Amino acid sequence: MPNTCTPNPSSAAPDTSVLTRLQRLFKRWGAHPDARKHPAADTTITPLPLPPRLILPLTQHIGAAARPIVAAGERVLRGQMLAEAQGNVSAPIHAPTSGTILGIGDVPIPHPSGLTAPAILLEPDGLDEAIAFCGVDPDTLDPDEISKRVSAAGVVGMGGATFPAAVKLGLGRHSPIPTLILNGGECEPYLSCDDRLMRERADEVVSGARIILHAIRGSEALIGIESNKPEAIAAMRAAATAWPEIRVVPVPSRYPMGSEKQLIAWLTGREVPSGGRSADIGVVVQNVGTAAAIHRAIRLGEPLTRRIVTVAGGAIHTPRNLEVCIGTPISALIEYCGGLNEEPARLVMGGPMMGMAVRSLDIPVIKGSGGVLALTGAETSEPDAAATCIRCGSCVDACPIGLLPLEMAARIRGGDLQGSNDIGLKDCIGCGTCSFVCPSRIPLVQYFNHARGELAARDRSKLKNDAIRELVEARNERMEREAREKTEAAARRKAERERAKAEAAAKAAAEKAAREAQAAEERSHA
Amino acid sequence: MSTIFSSPHAHGARSVSATMLLVMVALLPATLNGFWRFGWPAIFLWLVTILACLLAEAISLKLADRPVRPALGDGSAILTGWLLALTLPPWAPWWIGAIGGAFAIIVCKQAFGGLGQNLFNPAMAARVVLLISFPVEMTQWVAPHPINADIAPDALAALAITFGAGLPDGMASATVLDHVKAEAARGIGITEALGGQFEPIASSVGDRAGSLGETGAVLLAAGGLFLIFKRVIGARIPVAFLLGVAVPAAFAHFLAPESYLPPLAHLLTGGVMLGAFFIATDYVTSPSTPLGQWLFGIGCGLLTWIIRTWGAYPEGVAFAILLMNAATPLIDHYTRPRIFGRQRDGRALVPAAGKER
Repeated sequence: MPNTCTPNPSSAAPDTSVLTRLQRLFKRWGAHPDARKHPAADTTITPLPLPPRLILPLTQHIGAAARPIVAAGERVLRGQMLAEAQGNVSAPIHAPTSGTILGIGDVPIPHPSGLTAPAILLEPDGLDEAIAFCGVDPDTLDPDEISKRVSAAGVVGMGGATFPAAVKLGLGRHSPIPTLILNGGECEPYLSCDDRLMRERADEVVSGARIILHAIRGSEALIGIESNKPEAIAAMRAAATAWPEIRVVPVPSRYPMGSEKQLIAWLTGREVPSGGRSADIGVVVQNVGTAAAIHRAIRLGEPLTRRIVTVAGGAIHTPRNLEVCIGTPISALIEYCGGLNEEPARLVMGGPMMGMAVRSLDIPVIKGSGGVLALTGAETSEPDAAATCIRCGSCVDACPIGLLPLEMAARIRGGDLQGSNDIGLKDCIGCGTCSFVCPSRIPLVQYFNHARGELAARDRSKLKNDAIRELVEARNERMEREAREKTEAAARRKAERERAKAEAAAKAAAEKAAREAQAAEERSHA
Repeated sequence: MSTIFSSPHAHGARSVSATMLLVMVALLPATLNGFWRFGWPAIFLWLVTILACLLAEAISLKLADRPVRPALGDGSAILTGWLLALTLPPWAPWWIGAIGGAFAIIVCKQAFGGLGQNLFNPAMAARVVLLISFPVEMTQWVAPHPINADIAPDALAALAITFGAGLPDGMASATVLDHVKAEAARGIGITEALGGQFEPIASSVGDRAGSLGETGAVLLAAGGLFLIFKRVIGARIPVAFLLGVAVPAAFAHFLAPESYLPPLAHLLTGGVMLGAFFIATDYVTSPSTPLGQWLFGIGCGLLTWIIRTWGAYPEGVAFAILLMNAATPLIDHYTRPRIFGRQRDGRALVPAAGKER
């Protein structure tokens, strides 16, 4: 087993109290999946040749889709912006190489149901001409300016969350955030893209960390790396020696140690409040890959157009780490790694624990894709059918959040989605540890995702119904008012008519009286 | 690939059947010890009980129109029968095992909906039903004789015992707990009653009268430790169970040595070891929260001691476990772990950053 859980808490958890360390001895959440990092982790990062066509989805991040600013047939250069960010939480998309825009159309994207979404199609011309990049010394920049430049470079969380990086950097605008944590945990099995990045480009990561610290006006940076990556720890320590505010801290190899909340708790002893953000307790977390991308965005002025991807799994002929242009179809990556040995049981983008099963090889690598895995049936250990829950409680012991997955799933099965939400579904981070340790192979994550989707849909339909009800009420009120006004107006008109009639009658009577009086006068004269 | 696959795409747990198999492996030393000490009748009774469970399971599943093969293959019915057999008097007639096995599976397990659905541990519920229904057959103990001893019946004679006449006259013996209870009723103190009856070392390896598989206390504990080591069971319930028996027993014995059994006698006799490591740890009928498991174990141990000390029956493990089984849903409800980022009462943690900035 490559998992070497560090039993010595003094080296693993520098900032935590004795009490916390004691608690850790007794409460051992998480699981130890077979790491399977080799042989890919032993291969140096190799650039992948340009594919004949790049597919750049407009949504590669959390937030609003980017808006295209190029037209079909236009020639673009490497680094040129193709789609601009829309709104505060969004990210622009840039051309990974020079070439011609073929058009904008719906293509299959990394989505579990095989949905399509709009993407820009780019045909590389092979010249790889670039626009002029202008890098700057970050020390001369204002924190706000750093955040702006990172935003303009389209940098998003590279660990898979794809949250726009600049939004997090901007959190220090009002009050400084003291602690930066760089996530080099990479607790997902198979993946070694962060490991290779830290080994080969430690300087870029450390430089990125310093830029982020500057942007959030922080005072210390902790780089958490799982103890099963000793080479990465050594390389990062060597790169960080000159900076006392940056510390490399080994953490135990345990899934999901690389989850943001778990890593913060392990390194600082503090918990992110439920429903809150890490900034609430004075911490910003970025992936090591994001730090390297921020370094390139600021020092070199280069937008995010490439990333490192681990291609692995039993069905891959030669597993390795590739540096690929965003938008490269995964078929090109697999082909470069010698193709498939056998028909894979599952094709996964990301890691095996939280990654997404995809069906097509035409799906492009996007900013958050750390891995392309072709897993054999033996690796996925596909159950014939999920058995019934035997209440063994493995999921309860494994849950890093302290939930009762068996109870939540039982409520969902019984249709009590709200009840499941009340006892913890709203706090579930979807790490999949419960499903991993379940002896009955119950697809707990699927239950939870279903319930979440269903509850969100209910909320939406409730909002919609509320809106409709309000509209109907407003309409009824308006109709009533109009009817009332109409009858009032009619009554008014009627009253007016009658008054007019009465006036006319009175006038006529007066005239008549006058005429009669006149006649009588005339008669009397006569 | 037409269905949607949900993450995770890897699984690391051993299957239910592998778990059951490990439990059986852990039971093997104590069971073989029982076979050795109580001879062929014990072997026949064990076989009859397991076969009854398998048959009852198959019939129940057939009646419920559910697939028979996977349910039989998971080993849970065999394990239920095995555990029940270990708690029976070793020379009990065959129909005790048959009725017990059938009751355990049909009434205690399948009537609730099968594996994972039952409220009470089937083996313990069946044992209690047998004890109440057939008090004579369920309290006829036999002194141990090695299977190859002259006095021990051979296989043929054993057939006559198990399937025919039953326990021959003059072979009956009493368990330690029976004996002490009877002596106490006659006003004889613990020290005198235990004299010559309870040798901790001989007793712990099973050289005494008792249930088929309960007498080898050390062997059961070794099997239990193996299960903890293999992470089949957690340590909380067994430790809490043993403490729940030993602590009050030690306290009472310290205060009044002549009225209360010493803790070692409690731990090494009767069904405490089997109950603590193999029955109370039944996944289905025990709590799944860490705190709940502590409470459950302590409750089992404490009730065992109380029933043994003041109850009408000399042994209380089965009753204690059933009572705590009934409390399990309640325990689970009130002992939910604290959720990350929340306080115990469920409110979100207040950000602590304010004071640090």
